[in-house]
Amino acid sequence: MSQTLSSTTLLVVALAPLVGAISAGVLGTKFGGNVIGRRVSHSLTILGVLLSFVLSALTLKSVALDGARFNETIYTWMVIGDLKMEIGFLVDGLTAMMMCVVTFVSLMVHIYTVGYMEEDEGYNRFFAYISLFTFSMLMLVMSNNMLQLFFGWEAVGLVSYLLIGFWFNKPTAIFANMKAFLVNRVGDFGFILGIGLLVAYTGTLNYSETFAKTGELSKLMLPGTDWMLITVICICLFIGAMGKSAQFPLHVWLPDSMEGPTPISALIHAATMVTAGIFMVARMSPLFELSDTALNFVLIIGGITALFMGFLGIIQNDIKRIVAYSTLSQLGYMTVALGASAYSVAVFHLMTHAFFKALLFLAAGSVIMGVHHNQDIRWMGGLRKYMPITWLTFLAGSLALIGTPLLSGFYSKDEIIMAVHASQLPAAGFAYFAVLAGVFVTAFYSFRLYFLVFHGKERFDQNPDVHHGHDHGHHATDSKPHESPWVVTVPLVLLAIPSLLIGFMTIGPMLFGEFFKDAIFVNAEIHTAMEMLREEFHGPVQMALHGLTAAPFWLALSGVVLSYYMYMVNPALPAAIKRRVEPLYTLLENKYYMDWFNEKVLAPVMLKLGFVLWKVGDQGAIDGVVVNGSWRVVGWISGMVRKVQTGYLYDYALTMVLGVFVLMTYFVWLK
Amino acid sequence: MTLTLGHFLTLGAILFALSVVGIFLNRKNLIVLMMAIELMLLAVNTNFVAFSHYLGDLKGQIFVFFILTVAAAEAAIGLAILVLLFRSKSNINVDELNTLKG
Repeated sequence: MSQTLSSTTLLVVALAPLVGAISAGVLGTKFGGNVIGRRVSHSLTILGVLLSFVLSALTLKSVALDGARFNETIYTWMVIGDLKMEIGFLVDGLTAMMMCVVTFVSLMVHIYTVGYMEEDEGYNRFFAYISLFTFSMLMLVMSNNMLQLFFGWEAVGLVSYLLIGFWFNKPTAIFANMKAFLVNRVGDFGFILGIGLLVAYTGTLNYSETFAKTGELSKLMLPGTDWMLITVICICLFIGAMGKSAQFPLHVWLPDSMEGPTPISALIHAATMVTAGIFMVARMSPLFELSDTALNFVLIIGGITALFMGFLGIIQNDIKRIVAYSTLSQLGYMTVALGASAYSVAVFHLMTHAFFKALLFLAAGSVIMGVHHNQDIRWMGGLRKYMPITWLTFLAGSLALIGTPLLSGFYSKDEIIMAVHASQLPAAGFAYFAVLAGVFVTAFYSFRLYFLVFHGKERFDQNPDVHHGHDHGHHATDSKPHESPWVVTVPLVLLAIPSLLIGFMTIGPMLFGEFFKDAIFVNAEIHTAMEMLREEFHGPVQMALHGLTAAPFWLALSGVVLSYYMYMVNPALPAAIKRRVEPLYTLLENKYYMDWFNEKVLAPVMLKLGFVLWKVGDQGAIDGVVVNGSWRVVGWISGMVRKVQTGYLYDYALTMVLGVFVLMTYFVWLK
Repeated sequence: MTLTLGHFLTLGAILFALSVVGIFLNRKNLIVLMMAIELMLLAVNTNFVAFSHYLGDLKGQIFVFFILTVAAAEAAIGLAILVLLFRSKSNINVDELNTLKG
């Protein structure tokens, strides 16, 4: 607690990417007259993010080693009564870790983009967007109040929308970005309701002031109902998290967001933005700890997402979509950990997942480039020979994802499973089953993808639709895949290192040390999961050894073996199974009919409802009664009054005389 | 029978009532209207004089002169307006003067 951080440093961390974004976005595009070229654009943005990353790393160092903390308001935007709207930074273990993850992944993606987007016309625009995203995400994680959190929340949503629709000539991309935007609105509506309730009952937007009032909050009821106020607040906030972190049933936008360029799938839709919901719930842990009902809700939603989204990954053929469903499933794992009150475990998985999932996405992007912008894994195979670096890094990411002992995914995922097992909440039983079964599913679809892409027969010259997925006008004459340039492979290698090692190195301090002590609050008397994990933890090596005998490892191994058997040894088997369970396959193929439900049932109902509200509420009540009604009443009354004004002198005189008579009567007799 | 204050006040009230009725009943001529107004003022003057005599206070009679003066001025202005009105509308029919109508 001794040392504080400099506010200037933190400002630079947040603003450096913004400066990069503005220079590339304004000067590097038609908007500012194309003053700077591609080289300057990417140099400026990469420098901005690099600066941000270096300062974040220094911040993390002083937070972790010297116990430095920062919680101050930088700027007061406005004061309304007692409500202050401020911009401020709160830096503790949670924030410092998020800052490093965001800037590191962002830096890798920036470098990678130099290679991936080389032939794209919107090169500078793309750099502007991803730098803007980095700025928004930093504002979100560094905030010390709800307003700035909400700003960051919406800003990342905006950039996500812009980037999903980056290729704005592609109708599917426009459809996808509108879908992402609309689904996120549903979540944001819950989120802003939650913030509104908090402000209404605590009168402040600041985190620490809000958390200081949790004692009073926990006793209140929502007026007019018998619901606990805190439960309503937490569920509203969690609905926000469900939108942003793509939890069932608001997950539908994430698979479609793969229409965007691959680097942003890695940065936004895997590593950082989608984890904002997880981060927010962890940040609000003092509130969520007060409501077991909300935590049960979180567990159920997380469990459903973790298991059922994993199933969908099995039948997809688009390389990016498989990784996207895997992201959904892993976000479900994090949510489950939140529900089990193991917030630090959720954040730990968030971090390890950010590295290996970014790696998987970037490697998938590298594969896509290598096979000339084909994304269908049925027309890949045997790429191991042609793309050795991509192959090895993809393997590393997959192994980390399925939870191979000693790799980062193992530590975070096993801790989640143990935490759910230890949780006392009623919904923990279902969630435990879901995450445990999810391990098998994860291993199966990950290695199905891996085997189909990198092993087996070379099928890339058999693609009946060679132009499928072409977005660069890159018409390859030779069909042989090729390894990607160094700007692509270097980030892969740099991401593979933390994917393999970060869990082993940081599990001790992050989960069982003091790192999150003042950032995450767990009511250890009721929610004992973390305490039980702490008792069972005897260092990362013992954990890995113990993991070899535990159920998740064997489930993962059987998933890998089964996928090896089905796709390498006996490739006819999947098709045979598919024929046998046709209805199930159709169900999965249609993504549980969620899109169908949304488009055919929910959207028409909402349109009807909107139509009724428009006609009855807006045109009828507001326009008709309030607005037009008031002028009609005024017009009617003045029409009546106007008749008195006949214009004839004798009528005025009569009125006058009558008036005098009334007044005289009053003064002489009645007074 | 001697004339008492009551007789004069009754006369004033009758004159006043006549003039009021004159204003309402008259639908034709603006001049009649003005005459009715003059009559109204005279009714008031009668009251003033009666009270002045009854109370032995001359101030009331002095006031009557003021009212007569004002009435004369008013009649002059009223007639002037009437002339202008006649020039522009070619009649002084009260029923047709309703440009103030709302």
